[in-house]
Amino acid sequence: MTVYFDHNSTTALKTEVLEAMLPFMASQHGNATSRHSFGRTARAAVEHAREQVANAVGAYASQIVFTASGTEANNFAVRGICNNMEPAIKSVPAQILTSAIEHPCVSRPALAMQASSSQSNAMQAKSIHVDSDCNINLAHLQKLLLTPTNLVSAMLVNNETGVIQDVAKVAEMAREHKAYVHTDAVQALGKIPVDFFTLGVHAMTVSSHKIGGPLGAGALVLDKRIDIQPLLYGGGQERGLRSGTENVAAIVGFGVACDLATKNLSAFDVHTANLRDHLEVGLAKLNAVIFGYNGLRVANTSFFSLKDIEGETLVTALDKAGFAVASGSACSSDSTEPSHVLLAMGVPEDLARGAVRVSFGLSNTVQEVEHFLLALKQELTRLRNLTAVAA
Amino acid sequence: MANMNQTERPPIYLDYSATTPVDIRVAEKMIPYLSEHYGNPASRSHPYGWTAEKAVENAREEVAKLVNADPREIVWTSGATESNNLAIKGAANFYASTKGKHIITIATEHKAVIDAVRELERQGFTATYLEPEPDGLVDLAKFKAAIQPDTVLASVMLVNNEIGVIQDIEAIGNICREAGVIFHVDAAQATGKVKIDLANLPVDLMSFSAHKTYGPKGIGALYVCRKPRIRIEAQMHGGGHERGMRSGTLATHQIVGMGEAFRIAREEMASENERIRMLRDRLLSGLQDIEETYVNGDLSHRIPHNLNISFNYVEGESLIMAVKGIAVSSGSACTSASLEPSYVLRALGRSDELAHSSIRFSIGRFTTIADVDYTVELMKSKIEKLRELSPLWEMFKDGVDISKVQWAAH
Repeated sequence: MTVYFDHNSTTALKTEVLEAMLPFMASQHGNATSRHSFGRTARAAVEHAREQVANAVGAYASQIVFTASGTEANNFAVRGICNNMEPAIKSVPAQILTSAIEHPCVSRPALAMQASSSQSNAMQAKSIHVDSDCNINLAHLQKLLLTPTNLVSAMLVNNETGVIQDVAKVAEMAREHKAYVHTDAVQALGKIPVDFFTLGVHAMTVSSHKIGGPLGAGALVLDKRIDIQPLLYGGGQERGLRSGTENVAAIVGFGVACDLATKNLSAFDVHTANLRDHLEVGLAKLNAVIFGYNGLRVANTSFFSLKDIEGETLVTALDKAGFAVASGSACSSDSTEPSHVLLAMGVPEDLARGAVRVSFGLSNTVQEVEHFLLALKQELTRLRNLTAVAA
Repeated sequence: MANMNQTERPPIYLDYSATTPVDIRVAEKMIPYLSEHYGNPASRSHPYGWTAEKAVENAREEVAKLVNADPREIVWTSGATESNNLAIKGAANFYASTKGKHIITIATEHKAVIDAVRELERQGFTATYLEPEPDGLVDLAKFKAAIQPDTVLASVMLVNNEIGVIQDIEAIGNICREAGVIFHVDAAQATGKVKIDLANLPVDLMSFSAHKTYGPKGIGALYVCRKPRIRIEAQMHGGGHERGMRSGTLATHQIVGMGEAFRIAREEMASENERIRMLRDRLLSGLQDIEETYVNGDLSHRIPHNLNISFNYVEGESLIMAVKGIAVSSGSACTSASLEPSYVLRALGRSDELAHSSIRFSIGRFTTIADVDYTVELMKSKIEKLRELSPLWEMFKDGVDISKVQWAAH
């Protein structure tokens, strides 16, 4: 059985979550908009889950808009907020600022907005620099904000390095310049405390399957004072902001997963920090470079490179040895480009190509880490010998 | 749910057009992908990802098989609402500069189509909302006449969600092909009910939903024709999943569920439709014993699953409240939160009163003869009671022509 060290990509569904979902896959099959008892039962379940999600992120239930995924919520935030800017603000050429380490489902909609905006009303998508520790460069943000800005989007936790951003500070700076602020908190929920009001943002994305909930549910948490244009039109579900029949079972699962994430927050932190530290002591002995090591990181993630070893090759070798790890984010694992996050941090391309991400969950053990380090050492020797022979 | 009364007998479910239960065979296929096979299908570096990806591709083949398409023509979405939005906004935006900015749709389309077109109108497109004939069907000559030199896209549903009528998609598609108009079809209510042969139908884009065909909620698909090659502008950007047409981590268990649901539909459609037609005819003949009932929509070009009837001289809301033993709807679920009479029935030329007193019965896989007989008896007794209380019914029985009555204003 392969040992799973790729929890930032997706993580196993929790048993309690599955149990809560099953009735809604069987006898409780109503459409939450129907007015008969099947519909009302489904509606009550959706609204209960909304409370659970709201509690986990420090918001009111009425601020939660359910979507089908984090990707959808991020697209909804970026496109929806920029499309609905007041005409007065829109009339001046304005910009969308996204940090250089965002997931593509934040940066690409921003680029798409730039491409589709008319000549007379050109919207520019610009990238906020990060430093070598993967922290957003606030001085650069300050400089960029001198130009009228529609929206600033900065993720709370980077999916590759695990570095935690000072989103509250970003929000404060953006608000001073009358810009809206969005944060992608998909990788933060369940790993660090997430509080919508403390962060001071206008919109925040969370996702179910990263916290032990099912795939197929996400949410955008919204400051209700802002206007946002829907991405999907139709039956008018989610107060008209997101049409489409509610995915009741997935939403119920998301709600339970949120409860569990809050409950297990400190256990997750302590447990995975121990595993990560164990791993990194071993990695240091192998002279690995650990990315974002000096930054403030979530406990479960370690992103590293070993000199002269290609990341893809190592990941494949580790897979054969029985360990599931990633060479970067799953979404871009089709491409052989080095990680955009590492390049933004100024990591040389050679070193960036060697990157391997290990992300732990509650189910992992110290023993698994020990075995992993052994396997890693063996593979390194083997691969380096191969390279030596080839040379 | 803790607050559910376990002893109360659930009402008989006759609202299969709103949503269907997940078939147990579908649920059984889904559960392993919720527990042991939880990989992200986009993970290329380990077997968790490969297992998920293989399951996704098998399901894509099953969906393609039901509608005789190439699996490469199937794009996953979160449901028919997203498919409709992606098809309409995606194609209109892609072809606007070459074909023009006029769109044709039908007044009785689902809200997800109508509202997507309305959004395009706000962006500078123009639109024609063609009225169907009183039987719910589109007049081909009128459709042809609605096409303008700058018409870019037409969207016509295969099966109407409220009245179940089947449009002549082949004929409408041929008109579109001749005029160079992109043709989108919302088939959310059609899969497993009517045969769809996309290899031979002149259709460019077609929307599907899983939860109307005994699959899970939260998953759908869009057919994007390869020959001729149809292009659409992505509405959701990100990791570049689904060949860039639709980004977002694929929900493996839901996709697996849709594949299995569509496989079952393909294999059992013929026998199931026969059984359901028998049930529907039994329901219809029972309800036609009641005086002053009107079937909405054509009965011959119609799926066997649907019966939409207006009961004159009965107030719609009181009727729904009176028949709590059955779960039915007075319109589509999406608009049932509003008390407006159905816009679909209004478009057929029904009066507000008749539109208001309509009930949609939709029959499905788990409906029994006993369910139908109970429903007929329930409707007969409740309508009799409601009419006893109705002064209008009394006037009608006394021979007063109510449409001629001059009501005093107050």
